[in-house]
Order: sequence, then structure tokens, then C-alpha cells
Amino acid sequence: MIFWTTLDSWIVLAAALAGASCALTGSFLVLRKMSMMGDAISHAVLPGIAIAFILTASRGSGVMFVGAALVGVLTAVLVEVIRKYGNLEQGASMGVVFTVLFAIGLILIEQAARHVDIHPDHVLFGAVEMVPLYTVSVAGLAIPRGVLVLAVVFLINLTVVTVLFKELRLATFDPALATTLGINARAIHYLLMTLVAVTTVAAFEVVGSILVIAMLIVPGATAHLLTRRLLPFLVVSVLTAVLAAGVGHLAAIGIPPHFGYEDVVSAGSIATVLGLCFFTAFILAPEQGILARAWNRVRLQLAIAMQDVLGLLARSEERSRPAAGNLSRSDLRGLDRSPFALRGRTLHLALLLLAARGMVLRENGRYRLTERGNEAAQGLLRTHRLWERFFFDDGQVELGDLHPAADYLEHYTDDRLQADLAGRFAREKTDPRGNRIPGL
Amino acid sequence: MTLERLMPVLTLADYNTRVVMFGTVCLGIAGGVIGVFLLLRGRALLADAVGHAALPGVAGMFLILLAAGGPARSFPLLMVGALLSGLMGMGCVALITRLTRISQDAALGIVLSVFFGFGAVLLSVVQKTRGAPAAGLNHFIYGRTASMIRSDALLIGVAALVIIISALLLYKEFRLITFDPAYAAGEGWPVHRLDLFLMALVVAITVLGLQAVGIVLVIAILVIPAAAARFWTDRLWKMILVSALTGATGGYVGTAISAVAPRLPAGAVIVTVLGTIFLASILFGTRRGIIVRVLEQRRQVRKTLSQNLLRVLFECREEGASRTAEEQLLYLSQARGWSPRFLKRALRRLQRGGMIYRIPEGPWHFTERGWLEAMRVTRNHRLWEVYLLEHADVAPVHVDQGADYIEHVLGDALVAELEEALPRFGHTLPGSPHELSVIPGDGEMP
Repeated sequence: MIFWTTLDSWIVLAAALAGASCALTGSFLVLRKMSMMGDAISHAVLPGIAIAFILTASRGSGVMFVGAALVGVLTAVLVEVIRKYGNLEQGASMGVVFTVLFAIGLILIEQAARHVDIHPDHVLFGAVEMVPLYTVSVAGLAIPRGVLVLAVVFLINLTVVTVLFKELRLATFDPALATTLGINARAIHYLLMTLVAVTTVAAFEVVGSILVIAMLIVPGATAHLLTRRLLPFLVVSVLTAVLAAGVGHLAAIGIPPHFGYEDVVSAGSIATVLGLCFFTAFILAPEQGILARAWNRVRLQLAIAMQDVLGLLARSEERSRPAAGNLSRSDLRGLDRSPFALRGRTLHLALLLLAARGMVLRENGRYRLTERGNEAAQGLLRTHRLWERFFFDDGQVELGDLHPAADYLEHYTDDRLQADLAGRFAREKTDPRGNRIPGL
Repeated sequence: MTLERLMPVLTLADYNTRVVMFGTVCLGIAGGVIGVFLLLRGRALLADAVGHAALPGVAGMFLILLAAGGPARSFPLLMVGALLSGLMGMGCVALITRLTRISQDAALGIVLSVFFGFGAVLLSVVQKTRGAPAAGLNHFIYGRTASMIRSDALLIGVAALVIIISALLLYKEFRLITFDPAYAAGEGWPVHRLDLFLMALVVAITVLGLQAVGIVLVIAILVIPAAAARFWTDRLWKMILVSALTGATGGYVGTAISAVAPRLPAGAVIVTVLGTIFLASILFGTRRGIIVRVLEQRRQVRKTLSQNLLRVLFECREEGASRTAEEQLLYLSQARGWSPRFLKRALRRLQRGGMIYRIPEGPWHFTERGWLEAMRVTRNHRLWEVYLLEHADVAPVHVDQGADYIEHVLGDALVAELEEALPRFGHTLPGSPHELSVIPGDGEMP
């Protein structure tokens, strides 16, 4: 049983806005291979937030955002300085910078907790449940302050990305070209860092300082698996974040009651849903997904196996052995010399498919070529023997080594290449061993 | 926090403090040792992902133990949970990087945040379970040295010892795979398996450190000491020593402060102490420290400047342009575009170095030492000019610049070789290409 209230709507709206803002800036981090910079900055803004808490004795203020922007740039600069002076790799220098800043932040928060209603847990996991409690009235409507702030930040991000779309794209994919064209790649870099820092602070209240990394990186990574173009990439990324915000909160209040609990922390649930989104894309993505790639491999393997079977049958028919092209399955296995060995299930499937396409006839456990099968097989033999001719004449390859090389190439030769080869060796009419080249 | 309260802690007067101190110092040493290899192998952030990925393991194990009615706060069992999910996180990073075009840093970010998010969900389940001693779990997030009991400290100590010993036994192998993995592979070392073992040690340290430093900051005990050591030395074994010492100090001082101020999260305190040591290392480090660098740079600039000035003074004398103080000053300031103030200071420095002297208001003269030095520098310079001109196909316009640059790095042996080599190419020592005829080298002091 789910009790959906206005509060929940506000919470989902806040989470969706936070997700969309993070996804917009985070996508560029993913593309620029700087994801962990997002991690570093989101940790590093903590002392700034804590100091703002102590100074203003309240949650959220303009001071905080100015501070955050400064800290964001400062982190990027510090990481660079330590990397250069210490001759360290970037990861290590980030590791030093953000852990120390975060540690200072935690200690300060502990101090701030005396003045402001804040618990260190809010730092890590956020407090999205408290968002609807602090409202401001805009045009007579009581809108939660957090939602308003996030909406503004989202608009800023959207504006920057829209206006600087071309520059961002260039600086991301080809910084050298961007510099040549007069785009200041360095300025773009620090602008992005500033945006990340401001977005992190705005989203801090909703998802906390660690789960904000999920919102920064996971949508972009998911989109990376699904598309290759920048605009669809950004759209998919933002949609993933918004979807995860809705589903995440729904799961947080909807699932636990079945196990006798009231609810769980929404931010964690949103991060988990984001992880599931990524996992789904990881498995099912049309080009990059595990399944698609496994399927492609199987298809290629079967196509090669089918061609090998056709070749074996045609050759045995040519030599009339063992019984005029009537081969059993074990005969096929025994004769096979191809580099992609014909074995068990692959052979079985290849024979089934060939029979289904009317290329092979099965009689009493023995196989022979049909008219159509023979046509296809002759084409293969032709390609195979043309290659052997090519390697023998032009490549000076030993007679004994010809077969394996031709066996590889016959599966990857298209009609045009075959015609080319046929044109060159039209006068020969046979392969180096004296076997007829079909069709010459 | 007053000193009277800190002293008994630092001197280990209290039994409980001794126990905790033993644990954190062992942890600091082990983290320091392994951290050096982790850092040099370029995998520092992997430890961060592993640390965060441990949360669902800790919370999940807690729930399982609770459901089984066992002792839900059993430290070793919770660590087993952390170990399992930490390893799982590392496996996920490897899978994502190998099977997709997602880069490693994004894979780290994904694993880190999603695992931590799921851990947060499990944690909030724990907190809402009636009768569960949920407070114990918070210690794993922020670190709480005070919650360490004798058996925990012993466990950490023994595990740290095993880790350190195995790292030292494999010192040669680890050194090879951190500095030249391609060579190691070529020589037939099982690079991949050694790498896996190193990562297993990293996971082990991470899990051991959870109680003292906490999930969020546990990476610090691996990364900061090693990074700090980098500023002190370039030798691997020295770096390990410095790193271990830094780790131990961080554990010791951090624990002491936490004992006095138990409200502060212990992990944050330890990391802040380590951060302070790191800051000191950046400043004072004897190998890469900023102060050493600045001093070295300054020394180099001064050396170059005084050599340049000596040579210009020499040339001035050669051309007979130093009869009066005004004439000399004009020549010097025109030679390099040096401002009078700058020149005055540089000349004073040479005077203090005992290279030149003057009668008040008169022109500068070389002392005997200064004369020899000026001759050496000028000779050096001209040798290089000729060498570059004749043998390095350098256009005459650029020769002076090139010679200027090189002569200050030139060693004595090389100069001798050059002197010998030039005549063999059919050259005697000529004057400077800038229409000077006097060859310094065996001249009398004018």
C-alpha cells in the first residue's frame, strides 16, 4: 500500500531536478574521462557548506553557492598543483585533496550541529524527506525552497549547455582543435568545474554528498552505452536521471511496507535504481550491450560454420568420396581442417539452419547438397581457390600453407573482391594444386 | 582540549588507549607500505571505490546476523561482509572497464556511488528495525576508534603484520610491476597475478581500516602517507619507510585526539592529522618540497647571473672600456639591458663573494680568484660557441644564446674534452664570434 501525498510530489520534483542538473553537467565529466573529478569536488565542497552553516546559522544561502563555486575551482587547481609538484598521477592527488577537505568538513559539521539542525548523516545520504518542510511563497504559492533553488540551478545548467553547446562539444572531443579555433579549453574546463560545484551544493540537500556522484556519473555512463551522438546522449542522460528519481522514491516508500518496514532512505533508493538502469543498459544496449555483442558473435560463428559445411560437402562431391557427397556428421568432423573448428552444438545448429534454408538434404543421417546449396558452395570454392592462387602467385606462400590462409579469408570476401580476383587469374582456371576454380 | 588531558593519552597511561593505539598504528604502517605500491601503480582511486563498496556488505551482514539471532556487532563477521562486497565492487569495476567503452574513472564512480546507495538503503532498514543496536554501524561510516576492543586491535595487528610481511617478501616483484610492467611480463613474471595479489592486499587494508577511519575516508590511510613520502625521496625503500612512519604518526596522534574529543568523528581526525603531515611534506620535503625547489631555483638564478656578470666584466676589460667607473657602468648596463639598481646589487654580491673589488668611486677590478673564475667562464662560453658554430649546425645569430644556456650546466670533464677535441677538427681556439680577438686561458692578469 502506497500513501502518496503532496509531500511526495515535491520530493520527487526536487529529486528529478537535482538528477537532471547533475546529469547535464556530469555527462560532460563522463565524456571527458573526468568522472572522479566530480567525486573529488562533491566531497570537497563540504567544508564550504559547513562554514556557511556556521556563519549564517541556517541551511542554504547565497553565500554557500559563491563559496561552492570557489571551492570547486580551488579543488581543480589544488589537484593540478599537487599532481605537478609531487609528480603524482591525478587519481592520487585527487585522493589526497578530497579526503582532507572532506575530513575537515565533517569536523566542522560536527561543530555546526550545535547551531543548526543538521546531522552528519544528512551529509552522506541527504535529507530529501525534509525538502517540503522549508517553504517560501512565490506568487502566493508555497514552494519548497529546495525545489526553487534546484529549478534555478537546472535552468542555469541548461542555459550554459545550450549557449556553449558547440564550444563544449569541441573542447570535449577535440581539445586541440578547439584551441586552434580560438576556444579557450582551459576556461571551459574551469567553467565546467564551477557548474559541477554549484550543482553539487544544490543537490547536496536532496541526495547528500556521496550519492550525488551517482547522479553525476551514472546517467552519463548509461547514455554512453546507448548512443553515440552528443545531443541524444544528453537527452538520454537527463531522462535516465529523472526516471530514476521518480522510480527510486516510489520504491523507497512502496517496497519496504511489504517487509514490515515503514520506508527507506530515498537517496539510497534512487542511487540503487540508477545502478539498475546502468545494469540494464549494460546487458541490453542495442550495440554495446553484453547480449547484443554475444548475439553478434554467435551469428558470425554460425555463418562461418555453415559456409564450412557447404565447402566440405562440395569438395567431397568433387572427389566422389566417401560416397558421392553423402557425409555423416562424424565424417564432417573428421574432414574439417578449418581454423574455426566445427564442433558439437555449432555443427548441429549449422546443419539445422542449412536444411531449413533448403541448401542441404538429410537422408538416413547423411547429408548432401541440394541445387541451391551447390550454387552457394561453388561460390565459396571459387573464392577459396582464387585466394590460394593469389597467395601462391603473388605472395610466394608455400603450397602446404595455402589452405589455412584461404580458409580465413573465404568467409570475409565480398562479391566485388571475388570479381577482382577472378579478373586477375582468369587465365589460370585452376588453383595451385590443379583443382578447377568454379566459374572460370 | 587541553594539554593536561592530551598528555596521559599520548604517553599511553590508559589501558584502553594503549589497545586502540596499537590497532591504529599497525593499520597506519600497513596502509603506508601498501599505499606506496598502490600509488606508484596508478590505482589510488580504486581503494576509494572498494571502501565505499564495503557499506552494503557491512549492513547486509548486520541484517543477516540479526535475522539469525547472532551477535549482530561481531567485528570479524562484519569485516567478512565488507570484504565480500568490497571484492564484488572491484570485480564490477573490472567487468565494466573490460566489457564496455566506459572509462575506468567512470566505472569507479558508478561502483562507488551505486554500492554506497544500496548500502544506505540497507542501513536505513537497520535503523528502522526495532531493537537493533544500530548505532554500532555508524561507527563503520565515520570511524570510531573508541569502539575498538582488545580482540579487534589484535585482529588488526595480526592482519597488518601478515600484510606487511607479504609485501616485503614480494618487494622485488612489486617493484618490478610498479615501475616496468611490460618488462616484467617480458621476463615471464606473472604480472596479472601479482597485480591481483596487490589489489587483494589493498582490499584487506581497506576492510581493516573501516572501524578506525570509516568507509568514506578509508582511502586516505593508503593514499596520503604514500603521497607525502613522494616529497621526501625517490628511492622506493626510503619512500616505504617514510610512508609507514607517516601512517603510524597519523594513527597515533589521530587516536590521541579522538580519545580526548570523542564527539569528533575519528576517521576525520586521523585524516586531518595525515593531511597536516602532507602539507608539511609539500612545504619542507627534501626531494620535491616547495621550499627546497624555490631555494634551488634561486641558487641557480644567482649562479647564472654572477657568471654572466663576470664574463661581461671580462669583455669590458678586454675592450678597454673600464678606465672610469662611469664608462664601466655604461658598458655593463648596455651589455644585457640590466637596470642600474639590479646591476649594483649583483656587483655587491660578487664583491661579497670575493671576486671583485674597487677603490671607492673607482671602477671595479678583479681579485685574483675573480680573474681566474672570469677567465674560466669566458673560455667555457667561447668553446661552446665554436662547438655549436662548427659542429652542431647552429646559425651564428643563435650561438650566443645557446652558449649562455649550456655553459652553466657544463661539467669540467666535458670542457676538457672539448678543448682537446677542437684542435683535432682543425681548429685552434678563436675569439668570440662577436668580433673579439683575445683568447682567454693563459693570459696575464691586466
